[in-house]
Amino acid sequence: MIDLLQFDFMQRALIAALLVGLAAPAIGTFIVQRRLALLGDGIGHVALTGVALGFLTGTAPVLTAVAVSVLGAVAIELVHARGRTSGDVALALLFYGGIAGGVLLISLAPGGSNATLMSYLFGSISSVSTQDVWVIGLLAAAVLGMVAFFGRELYVLCQDEEVARASGLPVRFLSLLIAVTAALTVVIAMRVVGLLLVSALMVVPVATSQQLTRGFRSTMALSMLFGMISTVGGLTSSFYIEVPPGAIIVIVALAGFVLALGLGRFVRRSRPQESSP
Amino acid sequence: MSGGQVSLDRRPVLRGIDLTVKPGEVVAVLGANGSGKSTLIRALLGLTPLSGGSTLLYGAPPARFREWWRIGYVPQRLSVGGGVPTTIREVVASGRIARQRRLRPTSPADREATDRALETVGMARRAADPVQALSGGQQQRVLIARALAGEPDTFVMDEPTAGVDAQSQQLLADTLSTLVDQGKTVLLVAHELGPLEPLITRAVVLRDGFVCHDGPPPHAVGAHALPGHDHVHPHAEEKPASPLDWRPTS
Repeated sequence: MIDLLQFDFMQRALIAALLVGLAAPAIGTFIVQRRLALLGDGIGHVALTGVALGFLTGTAPVLTAVAVSVLGAVAIELVHARGRTSGDVALALLFYGGIAGGVLLISLAPGGSNATLMSYLFGSISSVSTQDVWVIGLLAAAVLGMVAFFGRELYVLCQDEEVARASGLPVRFLSLLIAVTAALTVVIAMRVVGLLLVSALMVVPVATSQQLTRGFRSTMALSMLFGMISTVGGLTSSFYIEVPPGAIIVIVALAGFVLALGLGRFVRRSRPQESSP
Repeated sequence: MSGGQVSLDRRPVLRGIDLTVKPGEVVAVLGANGSGKSTLIRALLGLTPLSGGSTLLYGAPPARFREWWRIGYVPQRLSVGGGVPTTIREVVASGRIARQRRLRPTSPADREATDRALETVGMARRAADPVQALSGGQQQRVLIARALAGEPDTFVMDEPTAGVDAQSQQLLADTLSTLVDQGKTVLLVAHELGPLEPLITRAVVLRDGFVCHDGPPPHAVGAHALPGHDHVHPHAEEKPASPLDWRPTS
């Protein structure tokens, strides 16, 4: 572990991994509870268009990705709020549009090709620059800040939208907030695990910790811990065994889920029987 | 609410309802399945948009109503959502939301109200258990505790007795009678009143989207009055409909 910290690029990568591991499951807990587990995937697809737009216009791809994925997230939320039956079809249309738009735009960009997109699709954490670390740090702080500031209201919303409305909460605004926060998370995580695997960091640690916990708060805390263990653990092992970091991070997270599944079953069985009073 | 009309999927469910609940009343909305009982109270709160007429909460339309802490809404059932575990205490404590400000930590008053609510429904010992492990009746008690924790003036309950065991029903009746003694207003939807019957001061019976009875609770007669009688047939059929209260406004 010490020799790995001697490299500057590895230091930057570890900081980025830590921040992503912390931020993604925090918003992920609300997303899972709201039955929007695939929201991250949808935004990830749309973000690809944003990345390509950055290359085409010569601006930083991270910034255009933020702009386009926030727009995409708002669109997804509006579709979700409006439609009932046609909702998932409309979402699917948006996903395809995102990928096709990305590939189309990148081919128009000078010197751009699908290979340029690969590092965004599958992540390239070892090429994270100091500036990237700052952007990731700011966005992660924004995500965690929003969860801390609106957490109580988001909890009520994700539990029962009607109760939230009957408590006078700004339901429309909070729903958009979740979508926008998810979009920011997608952009942060894009460099670490890649757009295609972004959602895994929002969903898998939450699924893992809910095998072991009984409360919402504890689920969120534990999932943030699992998130960090997966990203840092995956990154470290990729340094030693030369595999793509994004993939190994997700595999580590999934392995954790399988372990927790077995452990959770054991814990529940050894608990005193929950009898009705 | 005056002249309230609601259509769901273009099918008229409420066709002109005039209803005013006065402070301190205990109103039961009765009627057969599909008569629009739940829709009525949801429309009253502005949760379901009206297609005609208007509804006022303490004199303000729902969109401009600000004093939501005065209303404690108890939905029909606990929604499980995406399945993230949550403890009984977390759910009950969230009933304080309309009284809390952002960034302000949970106050001692919040904690006391939550404890009291848990105590009232007999769930204090199980506060750290996940709600997912509870039976239907117990979940209903948690939902009522959530509304109690908010210390509202008016309780709006959607079928608090549906699918609830006898013990929980009795507990609900006891809780309600305490609330009534405190001068709280209660509006509840019920398919059958059971132990709640003596508490009800006014019954509103819905039929085909109209109010067909509004006044003292209709008393069960004959075999229906016998204890232990199982009420399984549709209600609207045998309720003494009083044509005087018919107010078709559309």
